Amino acid sequence: MEAIIALAAANLLSPNVLFFALGFAAAMARSDLSIPEAVAKGMSIYLLMAIGFKGGAGVAENGLTFQLGLALVAGAALSAAIPLIAFFLLRAISKLSVTDAAAVAAHYGSISIVTFVAMTSMLDTAGVEFEGFMVAVAAIMEAPAILTALFLVSGAKSGGAAQSRGKMDPELMREVMLNSSIVLLIGAFAIGWITGTEGLAKIEAFIVSPFQGVLCLFLLDMGLIAGRGMRDSRKYLAPPVILFGVMMPLIGAVLGLAVGNLIGLSVGGVAILMTLCASASYIAVPAAMRVALPEANPSIYLTLSLGVTFPFNLTVGISLYLALSQLVGG
Amino acid sequence: MQTYPAKRIEIIIEAPLLHRLTRVLDQADVPGYTVLPVRAGSGRSGPWTREGQVTKAGGMNAVVLVCAADRASGILDAAYEVVAPHIGLVSITDCEVVRPERFE
Repeated sequence: MEAIIALAAANLLSPNVLFFALGFAAAMARSDLSIPEAVAKGMSIYLLMAIGFKGGAGVAENGLTFQLGLALVAGAALSAAIPLIAFFLLRAISKLSVTDAAAVAAHYGSISIVTFVAMTSMLDTAGVEFEGFMVAVAAIMEAPAILTALFLVSGAKSGGAAQSRGKMDPELMREVMLNSSIVLLIGAFAIGWITGTEGLAKIEAFIVSPFQGVLCLFLLDMGLIAGRGMRDSRKYLAPPVILFGVMMPLIGAVLGLAVGNLIGLSVGGVAILMTLCASASYIAVPAAMRVALPEANPSIYLTLSLGVTFPFNLTVGISLYLALSQLVGG
Repeated sequence: MQTYPAKRIEIIIEAPLLHRLTRVLDQADVPGYTVLPVRAGSGRSGPWTREGQVTKAGGMNAVVLVCAADRASGILDAAYEVVAPHIGLVSITDCEVVRPERFE
């Protein structure tokens, strides 16, 4: 227990969390502090490239394993299954419509790559090793949740409960599968894999040393976005929905803990899978929901994902997940 | 200077839908259009802003086009097919142009 508290305290006082808190507080206080859109986009590209490349280089060093295939299948299955739990939980505890509940559920089945990066950063700091291929697992978990959500809505639609279109047309499928974060993450992963540790050594000064600083700046921006969302849109979140934003990550994390141990991931790998299952998307899924479920209110799912679940995972969740993974995995 | 009457159509549309709209406009053989970024706003679904966003999901774009009056209705119909189920705004106003042959 002491170890868990120490880990949580160290995480809370890390530059990552403190910069996020600064952004959140500044936005809530209506400060004019802001990060230009192009800078935020640039930092996002940098972080995806760095994490993808390092993951690929890690796989090159350790070689392909059967476990990689298992982890990919497990990740896809978890991403498809978690929205079902999220949907029925939301319908049970809140008054959200079928469409809004399905849209929120899709976000929780998909993943937040920044939460993933925060967890890998914490693992690096704590000296806990993890499988490089978890980057590929993160990428594969982006999309299946969207299909589940659309399935949920189309099922309700056939029963006359929703007016939504809830369709996954080929163009939307292409946009989801080839969205910029997936392309960059998988592309950088492949390049890291092809060029290996030699390639990593060549660009180390660019993608390793500045990584923590860029992450801090990016989290400052995330704090600003989350704070603005909570400031302007919290009226759209009823207390049961906010409660869901804290409960659902814990449910997802427990699923990740069970599956990660079942397929034999390392302690670090399990902690990452827990984080992926616990996090909620704010890049791929919101865009897909705007196209496929236009009746769903973006103020609900974006505010919940960014304003409640992301801060929870960053401040409390990731240290809890690592501690639980260490407790179970020894 | 001699000016001629025309119609100006302005469509505010969710950023993820932009390519769908411009594709429909291209298919409708419009004389041209301009896409403008929109910074922030507020509506029935709450406030939104482009500040700091790394995803286009929460953003909006403005598409502006000018056409001859007799083409406006057909273009509006085509555009509205895309915009109808989504957050957005479609407006049409009278305007004056100096080179009418470019908007036919």
